[in-house]
Amino acid sequence: MKYLLSAVIVLGLLASAAWAQEAEPATPVDTTAAADTVSIEPPAPVGNLRAYDSDNDHGHAVTIEWELSPDDGAGANSVVAYEVFRWYPDFWDTVQQVRADLVAARQLRASGTLDVEGDPDDYVKELAAEHQEMLSRLPEAHEQYPNNGEFRSLRVVPFGATTFEDQGPKDRLAEDFLPDYCDFYYRVDAVTKVDSIRTPSEIVGPVQSYGQWFNTGRIVVLCFVVIFGLLTIFFVQRARAGAELYVRPIAGIEAVDDAIGRATEMGRPILYVLGLGTAADVATIASFTILSRVAKQVAEYQTQLIVPTYDPIVMSVAQEVVKSAYMDAGRPDDYSEDIVYFVTQSQFAYVAAVNGVMLRERPATNVYMGMFHAESLLLAETGAIAGSIQISGTDQIAQLPFFIVACDYTLIGEELYAASAYLGREPVLLGSLKAQDVAKAAVVIFALIGVIWSTAGSSLFQNLFKVTD
Amino acid sequence: MKRSSVIILSVVLLLFLVSWIWKASVLGADPEETNVWGHAFGITFAAFLTLAILSFLYRDNPFYKFAEHLFVGVSAAFWMVMGFWSTIVGNLVPRVSESLSKFFEVPFDKFAVNYFYFIPVILGILLLFRLSRDGGWISRWPLAFIVGTTAGLNFIRYLRSDFIEQVSSTFVPLLVDWQGFGHFIANLNLSATGQLALTVGNWVIFLGVFCGLVYFFFSKEHTGIFGAASRVGIWILMITFGASFGYTVMGRISLLVGRITFLFKDWLGLIS
Repeated sequence: MKYLLSAVIVLGLLASAAWAQEAEPATPVDTTAAADTVSIEPPAPVGNLRAYDSDNDHGHAVTIEWELSPDDGAGANSVVAYEVFRWYPDFWDTVQQVRADLVAARQLRASGTLDVEGDPDDYVKELAAEHQEMLSRLPEAHEQYPNNGEFRSLRVVPFGATTFEDQGPKDRLAEDFLPDYCDFYYRVDAVTKVDSIRTPSEIVGPVQSYGQWFNTGRIVVLCFVVIFGLLTIFFVQRARAGAELYVRPIAGIEAVDDAIGRATEMGRPILYVLGLGTAADVATIASFTILSRVAKQVAEYQTQLIVPTYDPIVMSVAQEVVKSAYMDAGRPDDYSEDIVYFVTQSQFAYVAAVNGVMLRERPATNVYMGMFHAESLLLAETGAIAGSIQISGTDQIAQLPFFIVACDYTLIGEELYAASAYLGREPVLLGSLKAQDVAKAAVVIFALIGVIWSTAGSSLFQNLFKVTD
Repeated sequence: MKRSSVIILSVVLLLFLVSWIWKASVLGADPEETNVWGHAFGITFAAFLTLAILSFLYRDNPFYKFAEHLFVGVSAAFWMVMGFWSTIVGNLVPRVSESLSKFFEVPFDKFAVNYFYFIPVILGILLLFRLSRDGGWISRWPLAFIVGTTAGLNFIRYLRSDFIEQVSSTFVPLLVDWQGFGHFIANLNLSATGQLALTVGNWVIFLGVFCGLVYFFFSKEHTGIFGAASRVGIWILMITFGASFGYTVMGRISLLVGRITFLFKDWLGLIS
């Protein structure tokens, strides 16, 4: 019954649609297009067409530039778009066919369903060799211009546009692969709203694409790398030579020693949290130095240290750091592999575990140093509930407010990096800290000069700092 | 176990069973529901775990410990399995070994073989040397490789994004669209795009960067004019942190709303 009803409804709908189609009054013929065809004159072509290899790239890209047609936004105002064309040799289609066969054969081979006579691997190899050989003949095919080929559309860009980048991937098996060192020819048509009424430009070419060894758009980065490198080497050498390099006291770091003493007096452990960063994050690396200092003092005072970690690599590094610190303190026997342990790589499961440790072990001091995310307040608030002295430090701007409100001392951003130098007193760290200070002084001077130039209405100084990809 | 603990545990178990049966009866009314008891158990257990974690707000207790250990254990196992199947089986095996690909039933593309993948394999094996008492030092080499290469790569990235681009963003005109004092007074308004607002904004950017940098200058003690600039710097930082705090708390509230919605809608069915 249900099916019968459904069939009736469907038939009814079809019948009504058919009736509507028949009954619909004949649409008046749109004569506007025809009228426009009569009234629109072919627009003036684009001017000064240029094509050149795109700068600072790995090749496989050509930039085409032109001046607007006089009828684009002015004159007859009839240009609605520009269509860019490139000349393709007929041989291109043969190459594409072999490429498509090769891609399909590789996919079938990978799934084990390639059905060919003989060894499937040999078949794919032969196709790959054939494709490679054809690609090597593409420059020769392009040299045949204007014979044995035709212009094909690449892209339609809207009116007002004066540039287009003909860019392809490096992958030779990609459909839109753009080979380097081939002579390309381009043409740009000024198109009106009636597609057939258009004016082609002059043909520009030959132009070849190729990669550059050096990205000139990043020279400014190179300059700063060299300057900072030299500054760091200079200050490191000074520190090694025994020069007194002053670093102002940092409240949070001064508190670390007191906190360790407090834990020793209370006979309770110190909890050190390295955050969720990897061993390669700058904040985590700075945290290792602070951990080393804390572990050394803990070993000297024979206090208990707990270091739950989130990342296995961080755990390995932290174990090495703590082990070395215990050895430096002359107490290698007190070191245990259980001091630093792995919890999990799930953010909130890690938080749940660390919070549990805080409430069960009741550490006298919690130290949070490294990279933190949404867990910062959960950790710091639980530590506050547990009555621990809390010292934190991170370079994550979004998490700093939570640490500031919930911890006794907070190292803000770069103070964390400075802390590692302040505590470690190693020449390399002190030298790099001094180099950073010089860099900051340079930034202040640059900012002053830049602001004065900018206020004077010039962007010259700003352009010196421009980095392009 | 104390008598009171046994009573509490029994009550919670009873409530769990009642909730499960009640949820199953509610779900059973839906003719499209095929796994009534399983689905009801899932919802009830999720609600129980949510409440167990929230019980931490009162104090540490056995229910929180249960939820915590379950969460840690399941997540550790999950990420290990994910790491094995996505990294080793998914990425490595199809690029290095046909026989292993057949064993794990993953497609092997002979022409996509890349023996560079053996470098991380070797580094990974070297990491395992830390389990050896005598060869533990070998595990430091892959660690040094990881830390060194990533620090080097990050150096360029940070130099560009956190230094050069940030410095050049400070080059703002301190007098925006300046055409004389008379013009400035005549067009004075509080519009966000007005000359006054833009000029004040640029002054805040410039002074904020200047004083902030002074605060983070470690080679000189913060006294005198330097100390005053430093104090302005820390004020600007604190105002920024205050704004950031409020913004982030709003985001966290939405997470809480999501959990409460689960309890009242999916579990108790009190809201539609």
